[in-house]
Amino acid sequence: MEKFLLRNTENPNSADIEEYIKTGGYKNISKAFELQPSDIIEEVKKSGLRGRGGAGFPTFMKWSFASADKKFPKYLICNADEGEPGTFKDRPILEKNPHLLIEGMIISGYALKAEYGYIYLRGEYPYAYDVMNQAVRDAYDKGYLGDNILGKNIKFNLVVHLGAGAYICGEETALLDSLEGRRGLPRNKPPFPVNAGAWGMPTIVNNVETLANIPHIIEIGADAYSKIGFPDCPGPKLYCVSGHVEKPGVFELPMGISLREIIYDYAGGTKNGKKLKAVFPGGISAPVLPADSIDCAMDFVSLPKAGSMLGSAAVMVMDETVCMVKIAHRAMKFFERESCGKCTPCREGTEWLRKILERIENGRGRNEDISLLTDISNNIFGKSFCALGDGAAGVMKSILKHFRAEFEEHIKEKRCRFKQKD
Amino acid sequence: MLKEIEDIKAKYPDTRAALLPALYIAQKEFGWLSLDAMKAVANALNLPESDVRGTASFYSMFRLKPAGRNLIQLCTNISCMILGAERLRDLLKDRYGLLPGGTTEDGRFSLVIMECIGACGTAPAMLVNTDLYENLTEHNIAEILGKYK
Ligand SMILES: Cc1cc2nc3c(=O)[nH]c(=O)nc-3n(C[C@H](O)[C@H](O)[C@H](O)COP(=O)(O)O)c2cc1C
Ligand code: FES
Repeated sequence: MEKFLLRNTENPNSADIEEYIKTGGYKNISKAFELQPSDIIEEVKKSGLRGRGGAGFPTFMKWSFASADKKFPKYLICNADEGEPGTFKDRPILEKNPHLLIEGMIISGYALKAEYGYIYLRGEYPYAYDVMNQAVRDAYDKGYLGDNILGKNIKFNLVVHLGAGAYICGEETALLDSLEGRRGLPRNKPPFPVNAGAWGMPTIVNNVETLANIPHIIEIGADAYSKIGFPDCPGPKLYCVSGHVEKPGVFELPMGISLREIIYDYAGGTKNGKKLKAVFPGGISAPVLPADSIDCAMDFVSLPKAGSMLGSAAVMVMDETVCMVKIAHRAMKFFERESCGKCTPCREGTEWLRKILERIENGRGRNEDISLLTDISNNIFGKSFCALGDGAAGVMKSILKHFRAEFEEHIKEKRCRFKQKD
Repeated sequence: MLKEIEDIKAKYPDTRAALLPALYIAQKEFGWLSLDAMKAVANALNLPESDVRGTASFYSMFRLKPAGRNLIQLCTNISCMILGAERLRDLLKDRYGLLPGGTTEDGRFSLVIMECIGACGTAPAMLVNTDLYENLTEHNIAEILGKYK
């Protein structure tokens, strides 16, 4: 497939504005400015674009709600927090193709009548921060950003804002609190950010990859775009593959390709040909799939039918040497640490789960522990304030469902048989 | 520092939004966020000190205690863990006496265990200050750390 999101990224100077312009960059702005803002939203609707941040929400819907709101100013926020473990798909855009993101934001800002944009970038990406800041400066110098873009009296100002190491700030309302200079706690909804987001004004939060798709939709048109990949959920998609594979990395492929193809045709199969055990198809907040379930299509519509979620398309591959109790324990340590503490089910539940998993892994598990894990998960799921708790509980439940025997064995044998191999 | 904070304020419709950037500036200037450093930020932004401290303490990248000259941020999340990150953590303990959250006696290194730092495709990975190191092994990590004095 011809690359779009990662176009020219094998060129070591791809982040340079001149290189970007040379390969056709920024020409979609002029094309977009010929259209009415409402026409662009209509194009995005026809394209079928769904948000790439995790939930797969139709982009045009969010955009329509925000543009229907009559309050101004409006804010366009790019979610570059990329905190889901296993996820590194936005990084190549931020580091190697920053102007694609900026171009996408300029067009989106025009369509949404949002004159102010912020890129909320995770603090763990200091290199991307430098690249993005340079790119924003260069775009101002060339007249692509500012108060009178290309002399067309169109305004869009852009600021890169650095996060400070809190996973929850990827959740869009917590992100807004963090952007405003507070602790990053999720907000009650409604009101939704499209009506009352940053500083109480209509705000559109989109993922890096979502915004980076916008120039492509303008370039080839919604009809052609909607024919890429899976009909209900089209477009090019970045899949990031890590763990026990021969060739880990980020692959730009048509949405809806199968998990098996991603692992075996693109990531080179399992490392040293070992037996595949399990895969997280969309980061550790998406339920785990056992080895015999990898013939599923990797898109936002199909994966839920296969018992998981596309999430951030972070494919984490685990081979037969891995202990699933240990995996569950490490995942829960993460959720415990990153739970913001606002709601009880998530704050207390993740800690309990982690403690129980710790004793099972260390050979001190009790017979009632498996039902306790299930019970606690059920009391988090659907009862937490935001989706962080749901993710934690869903993953716990999926690991128990597919690998229950391993938990039973740990408790019965009072040890982890994977340990000595570690 | 104050001039820098003033410039940042102009980028947001509300002063408070400059708090995280201002904390970064103070941390760079003082090495960590002492009560005095947070007080300076509170004054610059006209916010209560308690509020500044309450916000800073929420974020793992703000250091509320003194750190060594070089900060090792080692990822041990799942993709790094299954490719050997825990052995690296143990090595830092055995060879440098460095425990997670701790600092070496000579003040040369501090260690923080990170959740995923987005380098899972080249795991295991760590940041030393702002430099990213990937595909770490027990052999190359010592050589890398040797560059930091
Ligand atoms: C705990 C949590 C963490 C999240 N982290 C991210 C993230 O790092 N990046 C991201 O784009 N979306 C993240 N999201 C999803 C956002 O809330 C939001 O749905 C997304 O930014 C919307 O953009 P999109 O419509 O373009 O997908 C997270 C959600 C939750 C519940
Ligand atoms: S799991 Fe270590 S960098 Fe992602």
